[in-house]
Amino acid sequence: MRVNRFKDAEHLLRLAGAFAVGIALFLLLRAYFVPKSFGEYGHYRGAALAEQSDKPISYAGHQACEDCHGDVLEVKKAGKHAGVNCEACHGPLARHAEDPASVVPVLPDTAVLCARCHEANIGKPKTFPQVVSADHSGGAVCKTCHQPHSPLLQPGAKQS
Amino acid sequence: MITRRKLLMLLPAAAFAWEYVLAGTPETAPGFNRNEHWWGMLMDITKCIGCGNCVRACATENHVPDGYFRTWVERYHVADWHQETPQVDSPGGGKNGFPPSTAVGGKNFFVPKLCNHCVDSPCTQVCPVGATFHTPDGVVLVDDKYCLGCRYCIQACPYGCRFLNPTSHTAEKCSLCYHRITKGLTTACCENCPTGARQLVDLKNPADPIHEFLKTHSVQVLKPHLATGAKVFYNELDGSVR
Repeated sequence: MRVNRFKDAEHLLRLAGAFAVGIALFLLLRAYFVPKSFGEYGHYRGAALAEQSDKPISYAGHQACEDCHGDVLEVKKAGKHAGVNCEACHGPLARHAEDPASVVPVLPDTAVLCARCHEANIGKPKTFPQVVSADHSGGAVCKTCHQPHSPLLQPGAKQS
Repeated sequence: MITRRKLLMLLPAAAFAWEYVLAGTPETAPGFNRNEHWWGMLMDITKCIGCGNCVRACATENHVPDGYFRTWVERYHVADWHQETPQVDSPGGGKNGFPPSTAVGGKNFFVPKLCNHCVDSPCTQVCPVGATFHTPDGVVLVDDKYCLGCRYCIQACPYGCRFLNPTSHTAEKCSLCYHRITKGLTTACCENCPTGARQLVDLKNPADPIHEFLKTHSVQVLKPHLATGAKVFYNELDGSVR
């Protein structure tokens, strides 16, 4: 005689069914709401890495400048400003590097520019060349005497 | 034949499979292998002149809102023996340089600061949604599309390196110019530092001069007692710096 094993277990099966539906719903919602790259590298959205990397740059970097302006590089390399990168003074020029013809950089005003680094301040290392610009030049623009790319005064240069 | 019961049993399996369909193929950045780098920064206190070039460059490169800083410079004044109570100022984060100091004598120096890109960073540990994380190359980043703006990380950072962006209302911090270093460039602050006081370092690159530098110099990280695994190394850091 065939015994119906599930005869008295119908309520359990219904419960199991309810659980199955619940779990399925959870997995579906999870698949829908969790970003697909989440967990790719760790407990975060992996696609965020590529999104960060893809952001555009503002500063082209000195290699890009030197590709075209090798003449300036030669002058700079011989002088005290050899370690100062181009955009430290000339500003962000990635647009200029992309399109040199239509994006033309503005020449910095040496009266403002030089003082940013060389104005005397108590916090600056003692070995760093510093001046009190009012005493040093009496208001004259720095490039009257100094060539910014190689700032040490040359013999015979105009001196006040 | 598919009965109702069979269908119900199939659903979880289908959901499981669907997840793998959605995952797709992992993205790759051409010419850059994240596993070959381990980024940090070297700060040479003896070279910093407080010009603020780094702060301005960072603001331009990363569109940092006015009055907020991903990097900033502090000026320290330690009078005679008052090692525990230094006077620190940082007007406008040092963005426009420093005005003449009223301090007389003592010890005076500049300290540039930014996110330390800690190996065991407190900020990523507290994020409830995984919006801030360590990249495989050792940079701590914020996923601004996933950030809730709950500010837990801002409170957790012992270095005060995070802020809430007033426009997007998401947490923001130094990204170590991840968009630049993955393109083979250095960070905006390092590119624009005129004295070489800041240098991007790759600790996984055996040819990086950082290894020799660390061996031969007196180098310290900020708040080493917190064991955050900070990767911004300071040369000749004075003990008064907090």
